Amino acid sequence: MRFVSLASRNFKELYREPVSILLGLLMPAGLLVLFALIGKNVHLDIFTPDMLTPGVTIFSFAFLIMFSAVLLSKDRQSAFLLRLLTTPLKPVDFILAYFVPYIPFALLQILVCFAVGILLGAAYSVLNVVLSLVVILPMALVCIGIGMILGSLLSEGQISAIGSMLITAISIFGGIWMDLQMVGGIFEEISYALPFAHGVDAARNILAGTGLGNVATHLYWVYGYAVILFVLGILSFRYKTASN
Amino acid sequence: MNKVFNKENGDEEHNAIQTINLSKRYGDFVAVDGINLEIKKGELFSILGPNGAGKTTTIKILSCLLLPTEGTAKIMGYDIKENPQLIKEIIDVSPQETAIAGHLNAWENLVLMGGIYGLEKKETEKRARELLDLLDLPGREKEQVRKYSGGMKRRLSIAMAMMSDPQVLFLDEPTLGLDPQARKAMWEKIEGLKGKKTIVLTTHYLEEADALADRIAILKAGKIIAIDTPDELKNNSKSMQSIAIKTKNISDDVVKGIKEMYSDVVFKANKIEIKARKLNVDKIVDYLRSNEVNIEGISMKEPSLDDVFLELTGEGGNQ
Ligand SMILES: Nc1ncnc2c1ncn2[C@@H]1O[C@H](COP(=O)(O)OP(=O)(O)OP(=O)(O)O)[C@@H](O)[C@H]1O
Ligand SMILES: [Mg+2]
Repeated sequence: MRFVSLASRNFKELYREPVSILLGLLMPAGLLVLFALIGKNVHLDIFTPDMLTPGVTIFSFAFLIMFSAVLLSKDRQSAFLLRLLTTPLKPVDFILAYFVPYIPFALLQILVCFAVGILLGAAYSVLNVVLSLVVILPMALVCIGIGMILGSLLSEGQISAIGSMLITAISIFGGIWMDLQMVGGIFEEISYALPFAHGVDAARNILAGTGLGNVATHLYWVYGYAVILFVLGILSFRYKTASN
Repeated sequence: MNKVFNKENGDEEHNAIQTINLSKRYGDFVAVDGINLEIKKGELFSILGPNGAGKTTTIKILSCLLLPTEGTAKIMGYDIKENPQLIKEIIDVSPQETAIAGHLNAWENLVLMGGIYGLEKKETEKRARELLDLLDLPGREKEQVRKYSGGMKRRLSIAMAMMSDPQVLFLDEPTLGLDPQARKAMWEKIEGLKGKKTIVLTTHYLEEADALADRIAILKAGKIIAIDTPDELKNNSKSMQSIAIKTKNISDDVVKGIKEMYSDVVFKANKIEIKARKLNVDKIVDYLRSNEVNIEGISMKEPSLDDVFLELTGEGGNQ
């Protein structure tokens, strides 16, 4: 249980940076309001609160990528991780400590996005909201996994450089502000080779009441990616920290 | 000079650290080159050497951060390759670079280390309080440490290595960047641990090694080129004693007379400086007196560890 000490340090390290915390909560909420207002005028199906809320929630997880990548990379670059590696902490302790602290934040993001979405008029049943977590939570895993990979392999500077690219990519290939089927072509193919569009589609359908059976394919994609990225995250961490 | 630690004195029971042909290569570059060391339990052992000599690399291998390319080492009887997990329970390391959690305060940083080593809460808090005293951060214990000055961070980083009360403590340049008071406090703390723990300390402050270490190894380009007590190192050194005598009324003839006694004599600015392996101070003073030279002051310098170091490693260090 020694990972708890390090997890609680990582937790503090994250939550004592109030600006980034606020950004990670307020920016998605702001975008949700903005696009819902646009939707009122242009009457696009995709800009209704019902459709926007799950998309923006998953989009907000881009912050999880950044937070987890930056902390890990910083610790790697400073001698702090080196010090930790001389302690009795085991690999599994490290993985847990650099993973668990982001879960409460992901839950908070979900809470804020759904609260704003519902205030804007999204009409979901309680059951469907709970059901949608079977895809939304794994999407958080996908993002923390990506963060672990980046944090293990890249420097803090490199991470902030590709960070904005990544956020843009998620918002485009996730089909959050556009109908991917309408765009079509290679663009649609790339989007559905990545997990984000699958996650967003699945969440939208579940919230619309289609049940889980109809989104099974999407779910497999998301779960597959969650497992692969998480394993890759662990491997990158191990690769960079193993004594050699 | 190159006295290797006597095998008979150093049986396994009494060794805290033993290295056997320990080597580390990076590609073709040899960072650590066949080191054989025996460090006794309770010994304070200092590793000196120019930049890039392989001190940090050696410590990283001994603390199970790096695997040796060849050879191995035992810490308290455990092999670094076979039992790193057991070794990590009984050692602690203060890395060369400051290693602290920036968003935590000093207290939290110390408590963090206690938790990682699985200490009881009460014991953790007791030790953290003691170490906070050592840190001497009046009124700033509750401040996030990223706002501390470099030296304050440094002190905390070293104190964190002492939380687990390890059997073997590695201190890589512990007093780098500390002000004289903090350095003195750190020396006292290290003195206090002497005999109770095995300590391996690297430093570029040779007077620090001189004052603290039981034995010193001098490393150059990955090899041990000397290993002994500080006193023996100085005694065996080819370095010279020097004497400087201040006087106003010395004649060229008298200077010449001294030059006949010693070969290394410099006279300038009313000061005559003589250097030799062994100086006969009596003879020099008598000679000056008998020539009615007014001696205004005398200062004498014994060979220091610095001289020994420069002599052994060459003035240009590794280059
Ligand atoms: N990861 C690495 N890859 C390649 N070379 C390395 C690596 N780490 C260290 N070295 C080299 O090994 C040599 C020994 O480095 P080390 O850090 O052990 O020196 P040191 O004695 O601690 O020096 P200093 O007094 O500057 O701290 C150096 O030449 C260094 O460049
Ligand atoms: Mg070093």
